[in-house]
Amino acid sequence: MASITLDSLTKSYGQTEVLHHIQGEIQHGEFIVIVGPSGCGKSTLLRMVAGLETVTSGQVSIGDKVINDLEPADRDIAMVFQNYALYPHMSVEQNMAYGLKIRKFPKAEIKRRVEQAADILEIRDYLKRKPRQLSGGQRQRVAMGRAIVRDPQVFLFDEPLSNLDAKLRVQMRLEIRKLQRRLGVTSIYVTHDQVEAMTLGDRLMVLNGGYVEQFGTPIEVYEKPASVFVAGFIGSPSMNFISAQASKGQLTLPDGTTLASNTSANGPVTLGMRPEHLKQHGSGPIQLEVDLPEQLGATTLVHGRISGTELPITASLNGIHAASSGDVLRFDAPVEQMHIFDAQTGKRIE
Amino acid sequence: MLSLQIRGDNIIFASPTSFAGSDDPMLKHVHFNKVLLPVLLVAPQILITLVFFMWPAGQALYQSFLIEDAFGLSREFVWFENFQYLWHDEIYLQTFWRTAVFSALVAMLAMSIALILAGFAERVIKGAGAYRTLLIWPYAVAPVLAGALWVFMFNPTLGIFPFLLEKINIDWNHYLNGTQAMGLVVAAAAWKQIAYNFLFYLAAMQSIPKSVVEAAAIDGAGPLRRFWTITLPLVSPTTFFLLVINIVYAFFDTFGIIHAVTQGGPANATTILVYKVYSDGFVGLDLGGSAAQSVVLMFIVILMTVIQFRYVEKKVEY
Amino acid sequence: MVETRPFLTFVTHLVLILGVVMIALPIWITFVAASHDDIRMTQAPIPMLPGGFFWENFKRTLFGSGLAGNEITPVWRMLFNSLVMALAIAGGKIVISLLSAFAIVYFKFPFRMGFFWMIFLTLMLPVEVRILPTFEVVANLGLLNSYWGLSIPLIASATATFMFRQVFLTIPDEMLESARIDGAGPMRFFWDILIPLSRTNIAALFVILFIYGWNQYLWPLLITTDSDMTTIVVSIKQMLEAAEQSPQWNIIMMTAMLAMLPPIIVVIAMQKLFVQGLTETDK
Repeated sequence: MASITLDSLTKSYGQTEVLHHIQGEIQHGEFIVIVGPSGCGKSTLLRMVAGLETVTSGQVSIGDKVINDLEPADRDIAMVFQNYALYPHMSVEQNMAYGLKIRKFPKAEIKRRVEQAADILEIRDYLKRKPRQLSGGQRQRVAMGRAIVRDPQVFLFDEPLSNLDAKLRVQMRLEIRKLQRRLGVTSIYVTHDQVEAMTLGDRLMVLNGGYVEQFGTPIEVYEKPASVFVAGFIGSPSMNFISAQASKGQLTLPDGTTLASNTSANGPVTLGMRPEHLKQHGSGPIQLEVDLPEQLGATTLVHGRISGTELPITASLNGIHAASSGDVLRFDAPVEQMHIFDAQTGKRIE
Repeated sequence: MLSLQIRGDNIIFASPTSFAGSDDPMLKHVHFNKVLLPVLLVAPQILITLVFFMWPAGQALYQSFLIEDAFGLSREFVWFENFQYLWHDEIYLQTFWRTAVFSALVAMLAMSIALILAGFAERVIKGAGAYRTLLIWPYAVAPVLAGALWVFMFNPTLGIFPFLLEKINIDWNHYLNGTQAMGLVVAAAAWKQIAYNFLFYLAAMQSIPKSVVEAAAIDGAGPLRRFWTITLPLVSPTTFFLLVINIVYAFFDTFGIIHAVTQGGPANATTILVYKVYSDGFVGLDLGGSAAQSVVLMFIVILMTVIQFRYVEKKVEY
Repeated sequence: MVETRPFLTFVTHLVLILGVVMIALPIWITFVAASHDDIRMTQAPIPMLPGGFFWENFKRTLFGSGLAGNEITPVWRMLFNSLVMALAIAGGKIVISLLSAFAIVYFKFPFRMGFFWMIFLTLMLPVEVRILPTFEVVANLGLLNSYWGLSIPLIASATATFMFRQVFLTIPDEMLESARIDGAGPMRFFWDILIPLSRTNIAALFVILFIYGWNQYLWPLLITTDSDMTTIVVSIKQMLEAAEQSPQWNIIMMTAMLAMLPPIIVVIAMQKLFVQGLTETDK
């Protein structure tokens, strides 16, 4: 069984620790997305699983086997690189067959596997071509094909879609997901794109500054973000954050507005509200003074400030709204969609 | 960005960032961690380097401190006496200046002709390739052959040029006239080097964006003026690079030309430093003196490499 | 060309044609001289148009002993010596340089930088300045008058090592990572990935080094005392010396042509690669 265990995994470059005691269990067949801003250590983590970076301390295991010191080739993994890393002097077919050839597979078996993978990925017509004769999307498929033919226990994806244009990205995203379901291979996928993360992952590992902020399903991460960072990173447009004073279940905003809530916290907190959860209501407590409406067609984003303050706030309204600069709109803040975070640590308070 | 150019066997670095200083920019971030294999891989080169480069260079240095008689029967360690002797040797000092003049003439002649030809070739759209093909072949001609060709053309009794020169009352005999001899080796040396310079100038000019030249034309600059005010300044890094290369060429690679054309004569009129190392060492058997001259030459080479290394690659920003 | 002034175009071609004439004149004269008989070539002024003895001179030179009355090695033998030397130098340099560049770029090992600097030092020492002691070393090793002695001391230079190092540094890291995941060990990676990716550079460098090897003069002059081992380039000088007594310029110039031809053919045939190898700064 190809479960993956990350046990207190740490990476340092000299004195600088870049990944801090990463902990995680990945089930067989699961699709895990590691997501975070650039420099958070997500690629390093993936490369440690691949064996391209050494492990400073802690353990990586696949199944029951600790693989810390195994060569990448001996880990039974396949990897899809950001720039595809196709061998430019080999044809598509040779690219896909290379790993099998080195492992001394019989010729007939190599041919069978390459053709099967080519069929799955619909690249059969390009088998004789060189990578430079292919479009970005086709190269992407070849890179995936190279991973598939090996029939590995684990797929590793390092931002594989970031070199494609937006439309192709959406299409390939779906295909990767379908392919992974079909093959049932345990997969780790690294991206900085939160939409990719939400749509692809069975679970997301949100990484920030070398720490795991949260490890959970997309819905959990969206509905119950574990920290201010996760709350701000996941979801588009970003969540609004307003510092507030909590006491006896009530929140007092800097402009004096009081909101009902179900929090048990007392003292300074950060209130988070997603723009799509603010309900427009004629007598709502939150007053938004409009700076700029953005018409997106299906929704209208209203950017503004809480009246009488400089605190920025954004609301998302369904359909087209003719709001103009200076207008004041009033909103309700539904209790069940409030997120309360500790003002100091940024951690979620239930 | 590193740029590197090849001059025959020699290579000159153009960018100081290539490997000097810092941590270890020349190692791949991803690399193999093996010890025996890489040592085996570098072994052939290191072995040959040690046996045929380091050891002989060390020997040259050592011998430059010795005085040895012609039969190798006695030798004496004399510290810097050989160098002091060179310093006071009129003939050596003259050779030094002659080499400088020779190099300057060769470099100027070869570079200016190449610059002019490249300037015109760059204007040609159709047939530029044909001109290039017709202009590059002297690069492939060995220096000694270049010498043979020129010595034949200027053979005092048979050559075509002495015959023509006679009609305008110039009596050509480079076997007797030192100035004529010098002129001949300079011409042969420059002729061979034009091809190389032409290639570099042409490449440099072709890399100037068309829009810059067109902008100058719209500003009202004519072709000649554009050449002086746009092209020439923009190829100046190439000019500097070629200057060093040409001087190094004139210093060392012209041995074959001189050996074929004049053998350093008449009366040493065309003896340059490299030729003197050879003639004093192999012909005159003055080993200590020849070795000291070698050491001086090594320092000149090192100096030129350093100059090249430090100043060349001031890339022009477009 | 920004303007299309006919006069300017005329001047351009005029200058270029003059340049071509100037460059080609010595070679034309060589060709003409090689196509006349012995007697014509002793009469001034020498001809400027080809004569009818080209093939006869060609056969006499290539298969005879070159100059009449001078019992030296046939020219084809010297051409062969030159070819062996040029191929050995070019091939040897490329092989040892590929290996050492691979080691320096892709491995971390003790004294790596020490090796690197040692190779760099060899850049600074053209064979001409260390000629005497190198000669002694080769003599002591018993390599005088051998193909080994002709080629090996010239193989040791850093040119190709630096160029390949540069080429390898531009190959993306992912190539190695990908190959490692595919299970390729260092030498397999070297053969399957690095060599094919450097093919153009190898070819370009081969042209440059072949010419360098073919055109060697001082070194073969010193270490070949046996005339059977002489190279064609060296033999020209010996013929010139002989010419001072009995000029046979038609044969000398034919020999010169034969000596020039192989490198010229290589340069022209592989012009594109050669120019790229010579002037390309970064890929």
